[in-house]
Amino acid sequence: MADLSSTFIGIKSPNPFWLASAPPTDKEYNVRRAYDAGWGGVVWKTLGSEGPPIVNVNGPRYGVVHGADRRVLGLNNIELITDRPLEVNLREIKQVKRDYKDRALVISLMVPCEESYWKDILKAIEDTEADGVELNFGCPHGMAERGMGSAVGQVPEYIEMVTRWVKQYSRMPCIVKLTPNVTSILPPALAANRGGADAVSLINTIKSITNVDLDAFSPFPMIDGKGSHGGYCGPAVKPIALNMVAEIARHPETRSLPISGIGGVTTWRDAAEFMALGAGNVQVCTAAMTYGFKVVQEMISGLSQYLDEKQMALSDLVGRAVPNFVEWQHLNLNYVTKAQIDQDLCISCGRCYAACEDTSHQAIAMSPDRVFTVKDEECVACNLCIDVCPVEDCITMRELPKGSTDPRTGRVVGDFADWTTHPNNPAARLAAE
Amino acid sequence: MASTPYAAGIVAGRLSSSDYAAHFSDHEPPLDPHEARVAADRCYFCHDAPCITACPTSIDIPLFIRQIATGTTDAAARTIFDQNIFGGICARVCPTENLCEGACVRMEAEGNPVEIGALQRFATDPMIARGDHPFTRGAATGKRIAVVGAGPAGLACAHRLAMKGHEVTVFEAREKPGGLNEYGIASYKAPGDFAQAEIDWLLQIGGITIRTGTALGRDVTLDALLSGHDAVFLGVGLSGVNALGIPGEDAAHVQNAVDFIARLRQTTDKSTLPIGRDVVVIGGGMTAVDAAVQSKLLGALNVTIVYRRGQERMSASDVEQNHALTTGVRLITNAVPVEIRADGAVAFEYTLDGDAGSQRTGQTFALPADQVFKAIGQTLTAPAGVTPEGRKLGAGHLGGKLWAGGDCAAGGEDLTVTATAEGRDAAEAIHAALTR
Repeated sequence: MADLSSTFIGIKSPNPFWLASAPPTDKEYNVRRAYDAGWGGVVWKTLGSEGPPIVNVNGPRYGVVHGADRRVLGLNNIELITDRPLEVNLREIKQVKRDYKDRALVISLMVPCEESYWKDILKAIEDTEADGVELNFGCPHGMAERGMGSAVGQVPEYIEMVTRWVKQYSRMPCIVKLTPNVTSILPPALAANRGGADAVSLINTIKSITNVDLDAFSPFPMIDGKGSHGGYCGPAVKPIALNMVAEIARHPETRSLPISGIGGVTTWRDAAEFMALGAGNVQVCTAAMTYGFKVVQEMISGLSQYLDEKQMALSDLVGRAVPNFVEWQHLNLNYVTKAQIDQDLCISCGRCYAACEDTSHQAIAMSPDRVFTVKDEECVACNLCIDVCPVEDCITMRELPKGSTDPRTGRVVGDFADWTTHPNNPAARLAAE
Repeated sequence: MASTPYAAGIVAGRLSSSDYAAHFSDHEPPLDPHEARVAADRCYFCHDAPCITACPTSIDIPLFIRQIATGTTDAAARTIFDQNIFGGICARVCPTENLCEGACVRMEAEGNPVEIGALQRFATDPMIARGDHPFTRGAATGKRIAVVGAGPAGLACAHRLAMKGHEVTVFEAREKPGGLNEYGIASYKAPGDFAQAEIDWLLQIGGITIRTGTALGRDVTLDALLSGHDAVFLGVGLSGVNALGIPGEDAAHVQNAVDFIARLRQTTDKSTLPIGRDVVVIGGGMTAVDAAVQSKLLGALNVTIVYRRGQERMSASDVEQNHALTTGVRLITNAVPVEIRADGAVAFEYTLDGDAGSQRTGQTFALPADQVFKAIGQTLTAPAGVTPEGRKLGAGHLGGKLWAGGDCAAGGEDLTVTATAEGRDAAEAIHAALTR
């Protein structure tokens, strides 16, 4: 069994699987169950300022996108930050941390963008013995309308300012949680870095409407005939999250900034992918909300088996794929592949043919007896046939060896050459002149 | 009803009333909406799908399954009924394992096809149950067409003709319409008088008059029909039954399986049906299986199907055979009956399948029997004035005003779905001929 113990910005946990700040971490009872189930850490559900607690809706809080057999592919929520009194949360945090010293416990915070609020809340949590704080600059619903959450995360100057306050008034490690509801994730990440953040965590949820009731003509979740946008999460958002994590991980100014990866982590494999793209650990919410806390056992055993098979330490995995995440212009245009169909595996469904014939390059031939073959002279290697084929490994890509001729273009496959030097690239021509 | 399963002879009431109810309830209960969504999601929406090719009526199966998956069951039903007005009964009785499901690419992938038959039932049942007929009759053409036989071929033909605006009269020898749907299908496959409900629903198209108890050759002549109508469609089925041709065949305890099946279907209280303790069914097709299984369900203690050749040659599908075996029916293959003895027992001789066909071995055995069912095939009784081509009538247009389809006509397997396709296609051809 590989050693999964993790140290993230100085915070130790027995494994890199933390529960994200969200409904599952709202109170002592849940958090104890999570630790007992094996979670390495917990980011406590976001605390607000002292005073009258937040109010939530009393109708549905979640919308869902289902796949086959009602598999939860995406979830959105309109729940606000904790609606329990601050002193209750603080008391419970302290009790839990005392009983689970080996587990990470980070407190998520969201207060108005004024220095005194941050100073006060940081003082309030000082003696909980929590391991760190996470600044919730991410929630896109409800609190954003009040100038908090993603309203802060969308303004790099605010991120930097508040992060500075937090580092000024607290010795705790500080994670800045970023919102994906921006055109580029880099300015917010750079701002957090400038403000002195010890790490960023991302992504928070994405503004969304999961579906519309076609009888009531209202978005879901529907509250008395009306709906508000929610924050989208779960497996559906993983590709967006992976890209944002990787962009930060490869940027020269943020490449050494630790990242806690969030967004649709459902299995050990998702976690490994986040970590390979630069995340030091991962945070999970939807998978736990869908299947319960026990899912962490599969994540632990799966990541452990993978690391054993690869003979890698956990730290070897972090960032391993980052050097291979490049801009399009640096992709090798002399890497030529052709689809090939394994006739023994083919079940003759014809999906590759329909996809290619109707929507792509007419590169698959269909015989009267339903044998499907690739026309190398037409195949641009787009991969769509592989993507739609229901049989794993039935269609694969075959690389044309260097020196051979691509029957589609008639050109000989040469050495590495990318767009930066391509004759059709005006910039390349200018550089050559 | 003090009989027991052990009582010798042909007696009624071998079982408790609850046993009868359980045995003759829906053999394969319908999918619930969630099951249907899950089953529908397994469809790959194949290009030029093999299941469509395998369906004698060419239903656009991937489309109707996708319509189920997206919550539009009535649209799915319409897709089915466009091609096959008997989509309801076909969903229950089609040997799908030999047709659409046998061709499903998931068979190749994992040996487990999309449940097309069950999904078809899921789509079609609600519309029929509501009595919501999806088609409207075209403007009246003034053309009159006679259809002989109110089985699936005749009624499919009549429905399509009525849709086109023609006036159709259906002549049916029996007391009820439906043909084999009503008289020839195992009771547990279509309980609740489904066949009649489906016909009532079908007839909502209008323009169809059914004259039951009117047999061709007895009550009406073909010449009269031809002279009184613009076209005549023969869907008379196969009313003859093959004989064994062995000594003792005339004994009272020897019956035609088709008559037994028909009587079962027409009897509401199954406990009144007498059945033997030791039942022998001779044959290898679906009729043999239906008779054997239902004998067992009626409380027969020992039921044996005996087929003259190897099991792989039985025309009953694997699913049907397995159903018989799991019901407790015994299957003996490669044995031909040679005599029905005075004590009721049936003597058989073993055979060997070889290149030159089945050969007798000289080795014999006997099965005790107090009831014997013959299920070795049905034959055409050709209407006077029509010359058969071999063992059947020609298919489609027979010349002049005369068309034929269904089991009585050459081509295709003797299945409800095939008969439906042939009736439908004959209607299109008649329509084309009459409006040319």
